[in-house]
Amino acid sequence: MSDLTGTRTFVRFFARRDLLSFFWWIAGGIALYLLTAAGVDGVYPTQADYNAAAKELAGNSALIALAGPANALNTLGGQVAWQAGLFGEIIAALMSMFMIGRHTRAEEESGRDELIRSGVVGRFAPQTAAVIVVTAANLVLGTGIAVALMAYGLAGAGSIALGVGAAGAGLVFMAVALIAAQVTDSTRTMYGITGAAIGVAYLLRAIGDVGNGVLSWLSPLGWGQQMHAFDNEIWWPILLFPAVAFILAAVALRVANSRDIGAGIFATRPGPPRAGSFLQGEKGLAWRLQRGMMIGWAAGLLIAGLGYGSAGGDVKAVIGDSGVSKALAQGGGDLTDSFYATAILMMALIGSAFTISSVQRLRAEENAGRVENPLATALTRFRWVSSHGVVAALGSAVVVGVAGLGTGIAYAFVSNDFSQVTRLLGASLTYLPAVWVLGGLSLAIFGLAPRAAMASWLALVFCFVMMFFGPTFNFPSWLIDVSPFSHVPLAPVDSFDLAPMLVLTAIAGGLSTIGYLGFRRRDIDMT
Amino acid sequence: MSAAVEVKKLVKTFGSTRALDDLDLKVETGEVHGYLGPNGSGKSTTIRVLLGLLRADSGEAKLLGQTPWKNAPELHQRLAYVPGDVSLWPKLSGGEVIDILGKLRGGLDEARRADLLDRFELDPTKKGATYSKGNRQKVALVAALSSDVELLILDEPTSGLDPLMESVFQDCIREEKDRGRTVLLSSHILAEVEALCDRVSIIRDGHNVESGTLSELRHLTRTAITVETAAPPSGIDGLEGIYGLKVEGNRASFDVDTHRLDAAIRHLSGFGIESLVSQPPTLEELFLRQYGDESKPEATADSAA
Repeated sequence: MSDLTGTRTFVRFFARRDLLSFFWWIAGGIALYLLTAAGVDGVYPTQADYNAAAKELAGNSALIALAGPANALNTLGGQVAWQAGLFGEIIAALMSMFMIGRHTRAEEESGRDELIRSGVVGRFAPQTAAVIVVTAANLVLGTGIAVALMAYGLAGAGSIALGVGAAGAGLVFMAVALIAAQVTDSTRTMYGITGAAIGVAYLLRAIGDVGNGVLSWLSPLGWGQQMHAFDNEIWWPILLFPAVAFILAAVALRVANSRDIGAGIFATRPGPPRAGSFLQGEKGLAWRLQRGMMIGWAAGLLIAGLGYGSAGGDVKAVIGDSGVSKALAQGGGDLTDSFYATAILMMALIGSAFTISSVQRLRAEENAGRVENPLATALTRFRWVSSHGVVAALGSAVVVGVAGLGTGIAYAFVSNDFSQVTRLLGASLTYLPAVWVLGGLSLAIFGLAPRAAMASWLALVFCFVMMFFGPTFNFPSWLIDVSPFSHVPLAPVDSFDLAPMLVLTAIAGGLSTIGYLGFRRRDIDMT
Repeated sequence: MSAAVEVKKLVKTFGSTRALDDLDLKVETGEVHGYLGPNGSGKSTTIRVLLGLLRADSGEAKLLGQTPWKNAPELHQRLAYVPGDVSLWPKLSGGEVIDILGKLRGGLDEARRADLLDRFELDPTKKGATYSKGNRQKVALVAALSSDVELLILDEPTSGLDPLMESVFQDCIREEKDRGRTVLLSSHILAEVEALCDRVSIIRDGHNVESGTLSELRHLTRTAITVETAAPPSGIDGLEGIYGLKVEGNRASFDVDTHRLDAAIRHLSGFGIESLVSQPPTLEELFLRQYGDESKPEATADSAA
């Protein structure tokens, strides 16, 4: 019996089990490119429009940091590559991360893996099968993107380069996820590590693209863009993807070989025999369960903020085509401030992901069967829900706040103006009520339709699309206004306005109340 | 004496599944009540309705005189619960979990906590993720048993415990009973039920099929008889309620419906009884007869042929 015995069975099993998930990931990825192409076509009817846009966008540091280097923006292909390429790569990376996690560490953590491994199964069979299936999914995604864009009428070479960029990023982060799955014994931490790696890759290329470009080469998300799709393609970066993915996967298998099934490489240390007095209350418990995640998000956004802040000195011109920049141009104001308004809005949206996962922790606890025992004590449902709600609300303030703080501190050093620290911190906190609305929505979903937890993530994607692409695609303003973020003044450009903050906070409170009332009326889900 | 648990005509459905179907259950204050039933018969659902975690569709459930769905938190101060499948937080130590659950319930008895940790040989510094199933079960047991409550609701509390720990558990439950506490014990381990319980209820397909003391339940089943008589016994097959009769010379062995035992012995004494072995049914036999598909509940006592 070899280390790979049973791989074939696993491949078939995984493929069938996840056919639908893969379909949605791949269809969503391809749709992103096609919709972008259709959108760009609609916005720029003539070549003169393209030329004007390219001229404006080429010098826009904020948008370059957001989306990548500005190449051939006077063509449809160049626009698609620029607007969709990086996000397509991130979709591929996330697909790889979730699918690898699902079939390796999550199986081990649940103990199902143990049952399967007692059968005639080689040591590396599950991992190898997961790698085969996820690799195939990335290749299908890449091919699908290339074929779809060619069918739309774009040049073959550029379409293929974009497909390669997405599939390649998917492969590299598949290998990263595989390593993360060996290092830790919890699926949640594994996603955290891989997500942080994706975040660092994004940040490296953002700083590199705005600066001299060296750092972009350290980022797997940058390699696809260095192929210059639709702009005299450069093909050799293709080789980087399989080479790096192979090396990382080999490392992962080596680690897998040296550890016990079910364990990470770090042994679990003993804990204290007694609970401290703070931990004994439900608020202490909620904080203890969530603090690791909150610290991780805060650290990530602090680094992102420092990155944006230090780029402030390089900002040259900020009159672009994105919805935000348009609004900024209309509002007037300092160009550097406009750059920071965009950056802080983006970090607030990213910080909302913490808020949503923090609120959804309620559902995770319920699904894991860990709410049954506490709710069979004198703990009321209200106190349980509000303990996690308070952690989510205050944690959001910390996560969003440090993003502004980091930006402010770094920019203060660059500009020698230390008033920027409080100014940019304040600007980031302006978004807090909008972030809370997403948290409240997530809580309402938990109470009323707990199985639809994914809907809160769709709401976040909606806000992101509306804020950055809504005006570009000429979405109706009422639709854009559904996003709570569109009601927040664009700090630090626009002046501070208390009224929308109070209204948004009230909405967040109302949604939370609805969520609690729904939860009070329903059964606890039992396994 | 008022009932600690009183359930009447309780119905709970999940979609098209009728998990509880007109269930009746009564647990008197101060007794240890065994709650038996095959897998999926609705034991855990009953308990979760009693805890106010699930909402019944119809019928009445009273716990310590109050309605669990409405008064859950107040009621929970007066009871302790051990789930059948204990999930712990992976990163918290067992000792921390015991303290958290104890405090949320309204405080725990320090001396008893230490004593129970010692008796169950539980290491409180290990993290949730590293406990075995039996040890997770012990964490929940220590948390429940070290709190000062009137009612213990235990859902298959000893699944995963080794025989040594099983006996520690039985000692603990006897101590609880001596203190006047009421215990509702759902279990599959018949020796445990036989050793601990004053009364037993058997549930099947969400419906209560039998309730009573063990001797009452035994009365509903058969006794195994092996007899040697001076003259070869005859005419036994003519008696009512006789099963599996074997006669070899002066020896006879058969099962008899327990309520027909008297008639059978009278008949045999006519042949001059020299030795007689009478075995009351074990709980296991009782169980198998209640669960077995061929013996429907209404057919157990009289008309089984």
